[in-house]
Amino acid sequence: MKERLEQLKQEALTKVEEADSVQGLKDVRVEYLGKKGPITEVLRGMGKLSKEERPVIGQLANDVRESIAKAIETKQTTLEDEALEKQLEEESIDVTLPGRPVQVGGPHLLTSIVEEIEDLFIGMGFEIKEGPEVETDYYNFEALNLPKGHPARDMQDSFYITEELLMRTHTSPVQARTMGTRNGKEPVKMICPGKVYRRDTDDATHSHQFTQIEGLLVDKNVRMSDLKGVLNAFAKQMFGEEREIRLRPSFFPFTEPSVEMDISCKVCGGAGCSVCKKTGWIEILGGGMVHPNVLEMAGYDPKEYSGFAFGMGPERIAMLKYGVDDIRHFYTNDIRFLEQYHKA
Amino acid sequence: MLVSLNWLQEYVDVSEYTPEELAEIITKTGIEVESVEPVAEEIKGVVVGYVRSCEQHPNADKLNLCQVEVGKETLQIVCGAHNVAQGQKVAVATPGAVLPGNFKIKKTKLRGEESNGMICSLQELGIDEKDVPKEFSDGIFVFPEDVKVGENAVSLLNLDDIIIELGLTPNRSDALSMAGVAYEVAAAIDGTYELAEEMVQTSDKRASNYLSVVVDDEEANPYYGAFVIENIHVGPSPLWMRNRLTAAGIRPINNVVDITNYVLMEYGQPLHAFDYDRFGSQTIVTRRAKDGEKITTLDDQERVLNADHLVITNGEKAHAIAGVMGGAESEVQTDTTTVILEAAYFSPTVVREASKNHGLRSESSTRFEKGVDPNRVERAGLRACELLSKYAGGTVLEGVVSHDNLDRSEKQVAVNINTINDRLGTKISNEDMSDIFRRLQFTYEQEGDVFDVSVPTRRGDIAIFEDMLEEVARIYGYDNLPYTLPEGASQAGGLTQNQELKRKVKSYFEGAGLYETITYSLTSEDKAQMLVSPEVAEKAVSPVSLAMPMSEDHGTLRLSMLPELLSSLSYNVARKQENLAYYEVGTVFISEEEQVTKQPEEVLRASGALTGEWVTHPWQQEKKPIDFFVAKGILEGLSQQLDLSFGYEKAKLDYMHPGRTAVVSVDDETVGFIGQVHPKLQKQLGLKETYVFDINLEVLFKKYQKEEKFQAIPRHPSVSRDIALVVDEEVTSGTIEKTIADAGDPLVKDVQVFDLYQGEHLDKGKKSLAFRLLYLDPVRTLKDQEVEEAHNRILNAVKEKHQAELRG
Repeated sequence: MKERLEQLKQEALTKVEEADSVQGLKDVRVEYLGKKGPITEVLRGMGKLSKEERPVIGQLANDVRESIAKAIETKQTTLEDEALEKQLEEESIDVTLPGRPVQVGGPHLLTSIVEEIEDLFIGMGFEIKEGPEVETDYYNFEALNLPKGHPARDMQDSFYITEELLMRTHTSPVQARTMGTRNGKEPVKMICPGKVYRRDTDDATHSHQFTQIEGLLVDKNVRMSDLKGVLNAFAKQMFGEEREIRLRPSFFPFTEPSVEMDISCKVCGGAGCSVCKKTGWIEILGGGMVHPNVLEMAGYDPKEYSGFAFGMGPERIAMLKYGVDDIRHFYTNDIRFLEQYHKA
Repeated sequence: MLVSLNWLQEYVDVSEYTPEELAEIITKTGIEVESVEPVAEEIKGVVVGYVRSCEQHPNADKLNLCQVEVGKETLQIVCGAHNVAQGQKVAVATPGAVLPGNFKIKKTKLRGEESNGMICSLQELGIDEKDVPKEFSDGIFVFPEDVKVGENAVSLLNLDDIIIELGLTPNRSDALSMAGVAYEVAAAIDGTYELAEEMVQTSDKRASNYLSVVVDDEEANPYYGAFVIENIHVGPSPLWMRNRLTAAGIRPINNVVDITNYVLMEYGQPLHAFDYDRFGSQTIVTRRAKDGEKITTLDDQERVLNADHLVITNGEKAHAIAGVMGGAESEVQTDTTTVILEAAYFSPTVVREASKNHGLRSESSTRFEKGVDPNRVERAGLRACELLSKYAGGTVLEGVVSHDNLDRSEKQVAVNINTINDRLGTKISNEDMSDIFRRLQFTYEQEGDVFDVSVPTRRGDIAIFEDMLEEVARIYGYDNLPYTLPEGASQAGGLTQNQELKRKVKSYFEGAGLYETITYSLTSEDKAQMLVSPEVAEKAVSPVSLAMPMSEDHGTLRLSMLPELLSSLSYNVARKQENLAYYEVGTVFISEEEQVTKQPEEVLRASGALTGEWVTHPWQQEKKPIDFFVAKGILEGLSQQLDLSFGYEKAKLDYMHPGRTAVVSVDDETVGFIGQVHPKLQKQLGLKETYVFDINLEVLFKKYQKEEKFQAIPRHPSVSRDIALVVDEEVTSGTIEKTIADAGDPLVKDVQVFDLYQGEHLDKGKKSLAFRLLYLDPVRTLKDQEVEEAHNRILNAVKEKHQAELRG
């Protein structure tokens, strides 16, 4: 009986080895391990055996059964793997074909610049203020030391709606409005971005509508050197650590002293080129110490309080930073322009 | 202001700086130098030649054959200029010479005759056409007789000069003169300059015997001075003067006019010369013009005046508009022998009004408008007298006839050095301060830390402490200020909730596939009233328009961003960019007044415009055009972002597709609309199917509540049930959805349409809508019976309200 079991084991293992399909393997299982199979038969004939032989043969029969079952299992896994591999091979695709596009959009370049500047100043403790685009003559001019008939009003020919209402020509009225809410006491530390309007004919460098960002700090003991320090910090973060800044005297009716800020030319590094008109410097913004008349009109005592203000044009900054060559690109909304500047 | 360096050098020694260095210094101390340019490009080999003979070219009618002596040799030159003549001294480009534009002169033959050089016009030497004196404008230039043959014509004509162009801010009108520039440059480089004294020889005759002056309006005309000069010989002015005027951008005319212009440039004081014999009386009366009074000005234009204008009259007739332009009648002409020279102070406002009204902005009016130096008015007159006697043969009569009520006093400004240092963040010493005032030529009295400064009248821009602060800062050098940071209490900067929400909405749209655009707020009157959301249209009585627009396209404030957005789409489609999804966040301007008197309400809105294909994936044959539901999906996403729920109700709006438009509301408040643009408008704009939306962000932001509390994640399973309902075609999905949600409350948590069917298996006029309902109780497991009951309630409700039948 022992021999018979050994023989069956050998036979079965050979057949398992030879099986080349899951079905073939199933057949082997039925043939050898099934209820009508030879091993069952052997076990059935165990009654004829002696008491001593019975457990030995029983054990052997179980061992044989197990090793056959194990071999089938192993083979089964192998066959399944092979089948899967074959199937996966057939499912193979061309991975270089383009993917299904996701519809993407993006911010306008001016918004990106404005938000970048906002975030820089927020980091320095400034808040962001907004104000109306249709302004009163008072806030747009008079509160900023530009009384009626002031010659400097010529500098920014304006779109009037009535004698007292106009499209704001700068975002400075937001400063006047904000100061006016502080009872002449609390400090102000703000920037105000927004759209402004001037009587210009649209061309490559002029636009009747454009963007401005202005900043204002009013407190006790504000010094001109603070203006220099804050603008320096801003310029280095915005344009790069390696850029130098330079302040030079200028004139604005609402500041005295007034400054204009240049940064060293990125293209030539200060040596002089066509971008900086051979000066090595590029004009970036204007500013100065808040004119005492402006402080006074907003309710501050100019002997006790002082402040600085500055303003810049995001279009100009975008044009310098990205080399945009025509201001009208910002308002034409050509998709080929917009697509260039969507950030991740 | 154009500054000739050769001229400036005569006043201040700037020879140790290159023009570029000097420009940098001037810029850094206060006046921006806009350009540094040579008068002419480099010219070589041009000398003074003497035309010995000039005959007609044997083979050409229009050419002359000239023998021209240039130093030792005599050159034969063929010259085509009509004004060349024997005996002239001319500018000759000798063989080998180089003219502007790298034009090289060579020996050549013209119609068989040798030509060994070229006789030059001023234009050929690089002078701007507009600065060339009229007599030479279409021919060669002729030197005065006193120049030497063989001399370098380039330096004689000042062509080796460098011109520095100053960009003057409105406050620095003191630098609208060479003297003013000299003071400024001297302060900047720590040099010396003082305006030289005028030297006038006068005759025994007294001007007051020939003329009297009456001033009617002292406020408009605080000073009027008149000099009388006899024996004038009108002719060309000296070459050096003409050169300087050319360098300053003024065309030389004749000696009298040139001298008044020269003094204008030198002193910054406009002058005017009248022909005494043509003036028509011996009394000058300055007064306000009468309404409707007429004058023919030097440019032969008849101008109608009014009481805003000041005129110079002979007692009856106006002979000049004060400070703006003289009259043609008393203009100095070639036969003029006696001249009245006017040196006056006219008030800035009266001159500005006249120059603005008549569109006459001149070198003179610009200076009067900004205010001239009261202490230089009379001196400028004297300077002109000096030059007229030297260069026009004039005899100056004794005395100036004047009416004088001019304030010539200097302003006093007290400056405490401690305040200066506090405001600048510097440590300037008393000595540094004295030195700064010395350089500026400001006199002062010092008492301890306080300097009581007298401001010279040439610096009309300085009146208060802060003005002086700037003077000190700029001479001290902005470069020398330290870098500090503000010392006040720090505040946390940041965005307000609305500012944050605005950014959130923008990045949502961008993530949803839209590009941000910025269009003009000013649009045409027609566009301003198109595609306006119903709740805006209801409020806005009429759109707000500019009083004087520059163009009709940008004359009215928008009530909707959509018309300009659609124009942007058209622009792109016309350029073959056909798949577009745009949005804009911006304000519209709503006025509730018929006639605007108050600021309009500015409301923040978001608009979108989409056209073309939404998703294209060609190799998988996937192509989906934008439709109503793409646009609606974007709005629904927005409502989710803000945790709000939008209602949509079909509506008919102007310029919109009548069957594909909905009004959008939140809590029954209309906030905007969405839909397809009317096909007629689409066609007009060259657009295919285009969908738009426009929504009030401010209302949404107001309703937005920041979710702060944690909501438990349901632990119990939900039960989902589907129902398919057959209803009449007109019954909208939204209303059924609402009925289901109401009837199923509180167990029904979600209702979703998952199928819409119309067709052969249904009766005509019917449609089937299938909904998936989600039942959930967050705190316990639902029993079948409860769900069954709720479901029956829902079925009854839809049957009752919409006659909906369960689809078998």
